[in-house]
Amino acid sequence: MNLLWIVLLPLIGTLIPLFTERFGRNICTFSVAILPAWSLILVLMHVGEIFDGQDLRQTIEWIPAMGLDLSFRLDGLSLLFLLLILGIGLLVILYARYYLSDNDSMGKFYSYLILFMSAMVGIVISNNMIQLWMFWELTSISSFLLISFWSHKSDARKGARMALTVTGTGGLALLGGLLLIGNIVGSYDLDTVLASGDMIREHAAYPVALILVLLGAFTKSAQFPFHFWLPHAMSAPTPVSAYLHSATMVKAGIFLLCRFYPALAGTDLWFMIVSITGLITLLLGAYIALFKHDLKGLLAYSTISHLGLITLLLGLNSDMAAVAAVFHIINHATFKASLFMAAGIIDHETGSRDMRKLHGLAKFMPYTATLAIVAALSMAGVPLLNGFLSKEMFFAETLDQSMLGSLSWMIPLLATVGAAFSVAYSLRFIHDVFFNGEPIDLPKTPHEPPRYMKVPVEVLVALCLAVGIFPAYLVGDLLHSAAFSVLSHDVPMHSLSIWHGFNIPLFMSFLAMAGGLIIYYNRRHLFEFQSHFDEPDAKYIFESITQSIVRFSQRIMDTFENGSLQRYIFLLMLFTLVMSALPLFDLTQNVGSRTQIPLDGIAITAAVLMILSAIATVIWHRRRFLALIFLSVVGLIVSLVFAKFSAPDLALTQLSVEIVTIILLLLALFFLPQSTQKESSHRRLSIDLIVSALIGCVIGTICFAMLTMPLETISDFFLANSKTGGGGTNVVNVILVDFRGFDTLGEITVLGIAALGIFKLIAKMRISIPTRDDKGRAWSNDPHPMMLGMVSQSLLPLALLVSVYIFLRGHNVPGGGFIAGLITSVAIIQQYIAHGVLWIKPRIHINYQWLIAGGILIATMTGLGSWIFDRPFLSTWFDHFHLPWIGEFELASAMLFDLGVYLTVVGAVMLILANLGKLTTSERFEVKENN
Amino acid sequence: MEAIYAFCVGILTTCGFFLVLRGRTFTVVIGLTMLSYAVNLFLFASGRLKVDGAAVLGQSAEYSDPLPQALVLTAIVIGFAMTAFVVILAMRSRADQGDDHVDGQAPSSNSESNAADKRNG
Repeated sequence: MNLLWIVLLPLIGTLIPLFTERFGRNICTFSVAILPAWSLILVLMHVGEIFDGQDLRQTIEWIPAMGLDLSFRLDGLSLLFLLLILGIGLLVILYARYYLSDNDSMGKFYSYLILFMSAMVGIVISNNMIQLWMFWELTSISSFLLISFWSHKSDARKGARMALTVTGTGGLALLGGLLLIGNIVGSYDLDTVLASGDMIREHAAYPVALILVLLGAFTKSAQFPFHFWLPHAMSAPTPVSAYLHSATMVKAGIFLLCRFYPALAGTDLWFMIVSITGLITLLLGAYIALFKHDLKGLLAYSTISHLGLITLLLGLNSDMAAVAAVFHIINHATFKASLFMAAGIIDHETGSRDMRKLHGLAKFMPYTATLAIVAALSMAGVPLLNGFLSKEMFFAETLDQSMLGSLSWMIPLLATVGAAFSVAYSLRFIHDVFFNGEPIDLPKTPHEPPRYMKVPVEVLVALCLAVGIFPAYLVGDLLHSAAFSVLSHDVPMHSLSIWHGFNIPLFMSFLAMAGGLIIYYNRRHLFEFQSHFDEPDAKYIFESITQSIVRFSQRIMDTFENGSLQRYIFLLMLFTLVMSALPLFDLTQNVGSRTQIPLDGIAITAAVLMILSAIATVIWHRRRFLALIFLSVVGLIVSLVFAKFSAPDLALTQLSVEIVTIILLLLALFFLPQSTQKESSHRRLSIDLIVSALIGCVIGTICFAMLTMPLETISDFFLANSKTGGGGTNVVNVILVDFRGFDTLGEITVLGIAALGIFKLIAKMRISIPTRDDKGRAWSNDPHPMMLGMVSQSLLPLALLVSVYIFLRGHNVPGGGFIAGLITSVAIIQQYIAHGVLWIKPRIHINYQWLIAGGILIATMTGLGSWIFDRPFLSTWFDHFHLPWIGEFELASAMLFDLGVYLTVVGAVMLILANLGKLTTSERFEVKENN
Repeated sequence: MEAIYAFCVGILTTCGFFLVLRGRTFTVVIGLTMLSYAVNLFLFASGRLKVDGAAVLGQSAEYSDPLPQALVLTAIVIGFAMTAFVVILAMRSRADQGDDHVDGQAPSSNSESNAADKRNG
């Protein structure tokens, strides 16, 4: 069986409601339920194996080289959570059918809900830590969407943002923790990690990893001091609260503690942090819950308190406590989900959740009242209900610990106090809402909800009762196998029965109930006492912290990002300078052992010329035309340098690009001011000069050090295989079209995109045409010189022939698609210069965009072609042929690829220049006409 | 020869960076072009200098390193595309903003010196 399907089915189901929404509510609900139900059936099919102690694993390789697999496990703990997630999920789907009003988009709601469900399923069946974390984040995001479902309400948006911020931050911490653990163990596989608990606990990084993982768990499970987001998440629709905030999302943190229990638990640090956090959360939640007037608020704090209880149990480092924790997970999920649903029904049928208004509802909705009362009694821990059983176990465990040394006797006392408050708020829930006089100012007259809206509550309440009465029979095996996976060794003997005889836990239970009654009876005094404290509203505190963080970041942003490009570049340069100069301090000798080439007169002349031209460019940079001329000198010498040092391909490329660039810049200069006024201060100039010179020194030094050191290169492979594998003797070209053909494909794509971008920029350009040059002389309107026209026209076929020649020979001697393309472009541009755009327009009908597209298409198709012959992308095919008269010649698929390069280069260059040129002429033409 | 080569690369880098730091678009474009010469020469240098050793099989006894050459070849072409893009962007900026300052419009002389002081201070 495929464990993958358990998570995949709901994930696919995310899309279903979007399609079935239009067919009405019933069909939509039904269709939504199918896939999760199927998934649940898949899970149930394995119950037998799991109970027999056979855990299931499934691994699908994803990126094996990086240790990333899709890996799933189904053990007792996963099974328990899967039953909760899918089972309660199905009930919530049914419940939401009746809860949502006609104004709510049902499809969207279900879609988010199922997405969340899939994410939860993913968490519990993941067998890889990174995968687990990914699903973990998915729950944060999908719960954000669910909490903010009523996005028109400010509360919902704020609550959702808070939940996302807190759980998202925790998620980051968790990622850090998991990476650390992965680093310690050397694997992200959960089986390996859980088996190497001792290695983790003894590692120096254990405390950090533990705290990071706990941060993740505590934020998710709303543990103190991160509990504040949960009450604010109550602005979500009630089905969401019933699902996320009772059974699933908040339990994800608990799940994490359980899952990593074998790897992380058992140390004093774990003990201190987890148990004390749990204890504080338990007490705080129970106390505050009593004072909440909002029905869901009460339930939210009660949830916090119960989560604290589970955390405390897990923190006790005792096997029995872990069993009790797992048991309470089941019990809390059942009674809390049903209570949330009951609260939703009350809200739905009365229009209010305020317990100061809701009274005496037992008369109006006796059936719902009965269900809610049973569930609330279970929450209070009354015998014959499941809440009682786990609370007994909890009391027994608090007695059996020595957490605070000689002060340990306080723990059972505090636990009893917490339980007393839990009884008190449960009583308040029952008494205030269903009895205690008549309803006050309710927006609607209360009545029983639709029949099927009660079904989910009935099912859950029945479970509370059934588990409460026949615990061992119903959940014994489930609890045993889940506890076994938490402990990863034999589960201690425990007896799930209602009656353990008269013992201290039973006495504590009675004490708690009596205490709860007393607290509730005297609640007026307590309320009065509590009203003396300003209740800190977490929302405002959270908002003000968020605001101050935003302000702080804004200030940093403003310091660095003041809108001045010059400043950014300057900072970037400084950074570059520091980063590249620092390693040089460690380099003691910058002259390597390589034999240097002796100087010659030509080289010195060229170097001097280049340096002078570069400096001249800087000196006269305000006179732009002059600067451009000097720049072109530098470019030409660069191409000579390439020619000198055995790079004929580069020399040819540089030469043709140089021409095209200078023409382009000249054209652009036509539209821009001819000179730059002085505006930089002397101080600025000198600082810029100093920093630039420093960078120049650093780069020059690195360059010299590199040049004189011996060469280690991977190129021997290319040299050896160029002829045999690529079918060409010009290794540079073979690298371009074969060895690194994929790079080239990417590069011509970039070229094409740049050209299209430029095309777009030019198309909408409204730039004024200068009528005079910078000296105030009018531009010449002379026709194009006839001599130039005639010469260039007759040169065109020759130039094209040369480019074809360069193209064809490229594979074996210097040349190739890039260079041929540039030469062709230059030849065509020559025509533009000699005759003007208007003369060319009717004569050359080439759509340059199509040329680019065609070029890239040909290159890609050539690459794909190798697939037909079962070879990797872009493998070259070549063979030699013999034709009479012409002699032997070679055909290679690389040539076709090079043709693609050629076409793209021609298309891109021409698209840029022809359009820019057109801009000058056509508009000028218009201006003339207007005059 | 190596020393003078490295010296040239250093000079081109210096000039390129200085020009890029100016406040007018066209000067920045010239600076970028200069800088790309420097970068290309630098990359090319990673294959070391060799005279009369073009990487064409059968034409010489020892070959120069073809790999940096191939990389630089594409870099030159892409460099052209980027220069073209920036220069057209500069024109567009001038057309839309009416000014050829790199920030769209020149800061007033007062705030300019302030900005300079702030930056350097």
